[in-house]
Amino acid sequence: MELEATKPFLSIVGEANTKHSQAQLLAYSYDATANFQAKPDLVLSPSSTEEIADIVKLCEKSQIPIISRGSGTNLAAGTVPTQGGVVILFNNMKKILELDEENLTVTVQPGVITQDLCLFVEKHGLFYPPDPSSMKISTIGGNVSENSGGLRGLKYGVTKDYVKAMTVVMPNGEIMKLGGKLAKDVAGYDLLSLMVGAEGTLGIITEITLKLIPLPAIKKTGIAYFNSLEDAAKTVSAIIANKIIPVTLEFMDKGTIHAVEDFMSIGLPRDAEAMLLMEQDGTEEQVARDIQTMIGIAEQQGATSAILATSEKQAEELKTGRRVALSALSRKRPTTILEDATVPRSQIATMVKAIQEIAAKYNVQINTFGHAGDGNLHPTCLTDARDKEEMERVEHALDEIFHTAIELGGTITGEHGVGEMKSPYLEWKLGTAGIDLMKHIKQAVDPLNIMNPGKVFAKETKKRLVVHSG
Amino acid sequence: MVSAIQQKMKDSFVENVNEEYLTDCMRCGFCLSACPTYLATNNDETHSPRGRIALMKAMRDGDVVWDGSVEDSFDMCLGCRACEPACPAGVQYGALIEETRIAIQQVKPKKFVEKTARKAAFDGIFADQKKMAGTVKLIQFYQKSGLQKATRKIGFLDLFPPFMKEMEGVLPAVEKKKKREKKRGNPSKTATTKVAFFTGCLMDTLFQETNRKTIEMLEWLGAEVTIPKEQQCCGALHGHSGELDKGVRNAKANIDAFDSDDYDYIVNNAGGCGAFLSEYEKHLQADSEYAEKAARFSRKMTDISSLFVKLGLNARLKELESEEAGIVTYQDSCHLRNVNKVFLEPRSLLEDAPGFEYKELIDAESCCGSAGIYNLLQPEMARRILDSKMKGVKELQPAKVVTSNPGCLMQMQVGIQREGLEKEMQAVHIVDFLHEAIHKKQKQG
Ligand SMILES: Cc1cc2nc3c(=O)[nH]c(=O)nc-3n(C[C@H](O)[C@H](O)[C@H](O)COP(=O)(O)OP(=O)(O)OC[C@H]3O[C@@H](n4cnc5c(N)ncnc54)[C@H](O)[C@@H]3O)c2cc1C
Ligand code: SF4
Ligand code: SF4
Repeated sequence: MELEATKPFLSIVGEANTKHSQAQLLAYSYDATANFQAKPDLVLSPSSTEEIADIVKLCEKSQIPIISRGSGTNLAAGTVPTQGGVVILFNNMKKILELDEENLTVTVQPGVITQDLCLFVEKHGLFYPPDPSSMKISTIGGNVSENSGGLRGLKYGVTKDYVKAMTVVMPNGEIMKLGGKLAKDVAGYDLLSLMVGAEGTLGIITEITLKLIPLPAIKKTGIAYFNSLEDAAKTVSAIIANKIIPVTLEFMDKGTIHAVEDFMSIGLPRDAEAMLLMEQDGTEEQVARDIQTMIGIAEQQGATSAILATSEKQAEELKTGRRVALSALSRKRPTTILEDATVPRSQIATMVKAIQEIAAKYNVQINTFGHAGDGNLHPTCLTDARDKEEMERVEHALDEIFHTAIELGGTITGEHGVGEMKSPYLEWKLGTAGIDLMKHIKQAVDPLNIMNPGKVFAKETKKRLVVHSG
Repeated sequence: MVSAIQQKMKDSFVENVNEEYLTDCMRCGFCLSACPTYLATNNDETHSPRGRIALMKAMRDGDVVWDGSVEDSFDMCLGCRACEPACPAGVQYGALIEETRIAIQQVKPKKFVEKTARKAAFDGIFADQKKMAGTVKLIQFYQKSGLQKATRKIGFLDLFPPFMKEMEGVLPAVEKKKKREKKRGNPSKTATTKVAFFTGCLMDTLFQETNRKTIEMLEWLGAEVTIPKEQQCCGALHGHSGELDKGVRNAKANIDAFDSDDYDYIVNNAGGCGAFLSEYEKHLQADSEYAEKAARFSRKMTDISSLFVKLGLNARLKELESEEAGIVTYQDSCHLRNVNKVFLEPRSLLEDAPGFEYKELIDAESCCGSAGIYNLLQPEMARRILDSKMKGVKELQPAKVVTSNPGCLMQMQVGIQREGLEKEMQAVHIVDFLHEAIHKKQKQG
């Protein structure tokens, strides 16, 4: 951006809150998505909703793209400024504004780090369940905009289940308040839900009120190892069929176990083909009963070992191990492309098997881990972007995984969002009618297309695979 | 558009910075919250490990050209390597920043201030123990002669950057050489553990007393201590500033000096040196003559706390009784923790120290801002980091802040004085602390 053009922005936020050096622009040119990078023109750190409204008005006048950015940990290229523009940071807006113990809500600015919020409310005997594996760094603004899930999603749901109210700066610079600290509210369309998971394409969220619940009395963690992926997957279905809803039911395959063990050295068995991490919380008696039942089911399904974590410390280590799975896997090859295919829980064994077959068919290395209890798997392709031929095979394999997921009644992304990366596949899931409706909504809210342009909506939909069985 | 120097810099990055190491980073951001400069800049990605790695790659790929902003990002890195244990992908950040500094050093001669500081520090002092000893004589003279008082009064030191001045204020009183030499090498007849002592140039000059006490303690624990004569500065400061070749030269000299089957352990008492010493193996793995010797050297290398624990100091401490002496806390030495993964051992010793109650310092694991000579080169950032460190110290109100490295020791003492807390607390080296704990008791008993 020419120096002259940056001046009006500077006068809104001040020099200290403006970044435009070469190094700074590069440092905001990427997120956690492989193979996407583009520099913005300017990076701003506003301190209030009003400042953001002023910035948006300026951008509207000159049709400058605006990219909201939390911690840049999303996996769909949602914060890569592929059309240039102004990146908005929330590092000056990371305060916890109010804890309301009567209504059980907490109101925060979007830059608050997820884990900080969890720890803060737990000190008050309250509980904020959505805990994406990236919670140590991700922001609440990012979580809400991606509708993120986490390890506790099976029992407690995802971010959208906790959003009660928010303040949004709309693409014309108007400030809008949605929702409230209410238990019920049916006044009009559910605009609040529309903003959840909008990936910064409909407006900028500047304040969020979240629902809290009482902190469960205790929690216990069990762990089971298997000789085959299918045994682990069948265990997941059997547990749920047994009418147990655990907090956590997480899955890792052999390659993932190895990568995590390489990083953490916590004694995971390297000969296991798969492992399941099972956690339950609640009252002492119920937790003990559920964990014992789950361990019993795992044994019935052929687990080579199924035990209770010996201490809180070990339980934490195991969960941390699961959280770092993706990054740990990336040590194996230069490029890590992860998918987010989700199927109905009953189909988890079928899906796991299909992923294995697809990997073999295209001769690519895929390791799988994920929120098995949610039917949400992360088949992760380990490859090298510099090898064109291999990348082509990877692309075919990923296409086929998406296709299979949809065939099984699933979706292309369970929690990571569409961003720019998955936009060519969105129509596969929504159909033309669905995409058209979304386009109409976007057009009505953001007619100039300045809010995170190029995201969610693809220039072109990818040709749907035709898979001939047999 | 791209100037000749910019083109040269790009080529130098291509030549020196390992592409495979760069692609190990998947940009997950897990390292962000571990990085002191990211936190001290209110989460500026430019000053984060992920940002710096992206910049290194962009320099290589030609996505940025060399300019002040790029240089600033690399210069601002403490080299504390807290990002390494935080990284699940196993990115070798220490190697990457070392290579980056080599790439820069080869093309761009350093700025005047830094050159002077570096020249004084490296060529003049650190490279050569004799010169270092000379410097110390000067300091001794300066302290003894009353000149120290005088210069302080007339504000002579105001001419130096403020941080230098504060550093001057915390220089330890230097022990006379004779005194400590007498105490050296008193082989115990029953010794079963044979230890070679790496004295370290700063430790052997400014901190002679600590070295003397290190030997006394080891002998008290039944070890036989030898001080190989030909030893040199460890080379860490060179290695961390783009002059790895010089560092490697020192490495070879030290490996030769310590290459004997007579030693079970080679011990050091400065965290910053220890990490580099233990990495000799890595730096010389491709050297046909030295690879094996270097591996042997690095394997025997241990820090003083770990050796104390092995020699049973914990049990000896527990036998002692003492009056209540207040709270003791510990500030990790970055490299001891992040490279050598030693953090439990010093804490266990402090927990067992008689009379003291051990309490963990908030963010003890994050850098104090000393980082070699960083506090001289980047006083502003060092100050910010130290200020936030001192917040935790003030909350805890310890009587002693224990460290494992001379740089950290002086930095923490600067922090204490800056807050005007020198009457209430003191920064001490772990050896001095433990020595006093034992000594005090023996006097009483
Ligand atoms: C190792 C790893 C593990 C992960 N595990 C999980 C997991 O278990 N579950 C899961 O769901 N996700 C996971 N993710 C993905 C990612 O962490 C989440 O999507 C997270 O919510 C992103 O938060 P962020 O602060 O980094 O947002 P960013 O990546 O910065 O932004 C995400 C999106 O939100 C928009 N946005 C951000 N702030 C605002 C705002 N204030 N107003 C409007 N729009 C905004 C951005 O424009 C962008 O489209 C993981 C990622 C990594 C790297
Ligand atoms: S250095 Fe490691 S932790 Fe940091 S972004 Fe890269 S892969 Fe993630
Ligand atoms: S070495 Fe320290 S300062 Fe440098 S990037 Fe790593 S954590 Fe940050």
